[in-house]
Amino acid sequence: MSEIFGYPIPVILGQLMLGLVNGSFYAMLSLGLAVIFGLLGVVNFAHGAFYMLGAFAALIGLETFGVNYWFALVLSPLVVGIFGIILERLLLRHLYKLDPLYGLLLTFGLALIFEGVMRDQFGSGGQGYPVPDALQGSFNLGFMILPIYRAWVIVASITVCLVTWFVIERTRLGATLRAATENPKLVQAFGINVPLMVMLTYGAGIALAALAGVLSAPVIQVSPLMGSSLVVVVFAVVVIGGMGSILGAIVSGLALGMVEGFTKVIYPEASNIVVFVIMAIVLVLRPAGLFGRE
Amino acid sequence: MRYFSRSALALALSAAFAAPAAMAAANEVVIGDIDDMSGVYADVIGQGGVEAAKMAIADFGGTVLGKKIVFLSADHQNKPDLGASKFREWADQNGVNLVLGGSNTGVSIAMSKVATQKKVPLIAIGAAGASLTNEDCSPYMVHYAYDTTSLANGTASAIVKEGGKSWYFLTADYAFGTQLREAAASVVTKNGGKSLGEVRVPLGTTDFSSFLLQAQASKAQVLGLANAGQDFTNSLKAAQEFGITKQMKPAALLAFISDIHSLGLKTAEGLVLTTGWYWDLNADTRAWSKRYFAITKKEATMNQAAYYSATLAYLNAVKAVGSTDADKVMAQLKKAKINDMFVKGGYIRADGVMIHPMYVMQVKSQAESKYPWDYYKLIKTMAGEEAFGPITGKCSIAKK
Repeated sequence: MSEIFGYPIPVILGQLMLGLVNGSFYAMLSLGLAVIFGLLGVVNFAHGAFYMLGAFAALIGLETFGVNYWFALVLSPLVVGIFGIILERLLLRHLYKLDPLYGLLLTFGLALIFEGVMRDQFGSGGQGYPVPDALQGSFNLGFMILPIYRAWVIVASITVCLVTWFVIERTRLGATLRAATENPKLVQAFGINVPLMVMLTYGAGIALAALAGVLSAPVIQVSPLMGSSLVVVVFAVVVIGGMGSILGAIVSGLALGMVEGFTKVIYPEASNIVVFVIMAIVLVLRPAGLFGRE
Repeated sequence: MRYFSRSALALALSAAFAAPAAMAAANEVVIGDIDDMSGVYADVIGQGGVEAAKMAIADFGGTVLGKKIVFLSADHQNKPDLGASKFREWADQNGVNLVLGGSNTGVSIAMSKVATQKKVPLIAIGAAGASLTNEDCSPYMVHYAYDTTSLANGTASAIVKEGGKSWYFLTADYAFGTQLREAAASVVTKNGGKSLGEVRVPLGTTDFSSFLLQAQASKAQVLGLANAGQDFTNSLKAAQEFGITKQMKPAALLAFISDIHSLGLKTAEGLVLTTGWYWDLNADTRAWSKRYFAITKKEATMNQAAYYSATLAYLNAVKAVGSTDADKVMAQLKKAKINDMFVKGGYIRADGVMIHPMYVMQVKSQAESKYPWDYYKLIKTMAGEEAFGPITGKCSIAKK
């Protein structure tokens, strides 16, 4: 029993493990997208760009100000989140009453601008971000050598995802938020500042993307294009999970990362498209997504 | 009347715009450099190549045939269409006389078509693909520093002879990677080893982990890295991180001193690689490198040194024939011997390959390295004819 479908088990387990690492990033990014869409109705195409800015904030912090990784985990989402809030106040706010398409176009344009500016400043090549000393080294899992940092990514992102889910689905604050999106006028009548909540929600969603960016910096090279290559997959993940479903985003993010890993064993050439094939099937069979409400 | 004056204005305007190009042809000799200035190969040549070419122009005196030598530089971003259109633009608007081709075989193949069409000599330096002097050859192209054939003849044969018989390749998925893998696999087979397969990786991939696990599953003895620049350093680092280098011996099919410098000797120690030039080879290379280092604060890669040598070779040819006429200069280039700090007695063959010795090197350990940038020890010097092999007959202008 050392093989499944003719593939050695260690190979499958190894790829599934790496898939779980990628899935962690998908989950965190799609979670932010789902929060923003579910509560604001905005299709935030700039999400990948904020993820990229998060990684760059960490890199610039390290190289220019000597801010270490652990502080960057807090500071970078904070800085990028505030930047997101400023954009929400200045630009996005005016589009809430219009068709969601306008928000999509605006955020897409913003993403292109951010990418262009960063490319101009840093070039399109990637720059390395060192793994923090405390997370150097690796575990021997028997079937593979797993660098400690990657294990940390999985643990950190699942924790963040669960906390976010808990806040929105199980706390009073979350209940108010959901009520505010359901019927803003009524909630406002209870004396709750709805525009403030919306603004902070957007900021929190962006901060999640930036946090994913910091986490990914030591795994992949920090480059201006790191977001755009990921955001398309993440959108597919959100569609599969069900637009706006928090739990759907988390579960399908992790699951699709592993499906990708498994595809790399069986037919590597298909690993880049398997997510989109699944998206097409889900859209045909369950247009609202696996966890969406019809 | 009004129509007439408007068209007269248009005529005047177009004359005004056309003038600089015409003037360039009359008073200047224009050398252009089209290279990856910001991507995965930027450290291999990039700005260092610009400085090396400028050194050659300065050493030549800044003028040739009484005309000022002008140097242009552009970033092709590893996009063949961008490289070719820049070349065309310079040929049409700036009267470019010579183009130095930087990294990326795909881009150089696209630019060679423009060289033929516009009759402007192209010296491909950073591109490795041997197809440039075979299927994709051009009467106006020279391949200067090294190619996939000579790299495979150096590194792959050295490793097979050491006992690394079974190979699995990690291949950069475009013209360069596939040509390098094919050349290496054929050298491996010829020497009694075998190739167990390959995984193709897109150019500029940042996370090599899953590709490396595929390679590991092959159980081959040797991990052939058919990639270059940052792709090479990233894949080697990841191979160590995932403990793969403990089971498989990595073979650097193309590594530059810039890569070794960024990896550090602790990581790169023991790697066998093939190079066309090394800064610490002899008194000439050391003297030149001292000047280059003063400008760039780095030692030059073989390609950056070749930028210097190629620029000088072209200017010498122009001086010898007393003209920038492409046909005359190309004929002279293929006739003259090249003697400078890059090569002694080098010559350009009918198919465009510059024949010169190639050096098989091994990266020193930290203990062996005595001074900054003391990275390589020489294992073997291959004569040019041995390294580059005979003319294959695949290039239409060079008979077997």
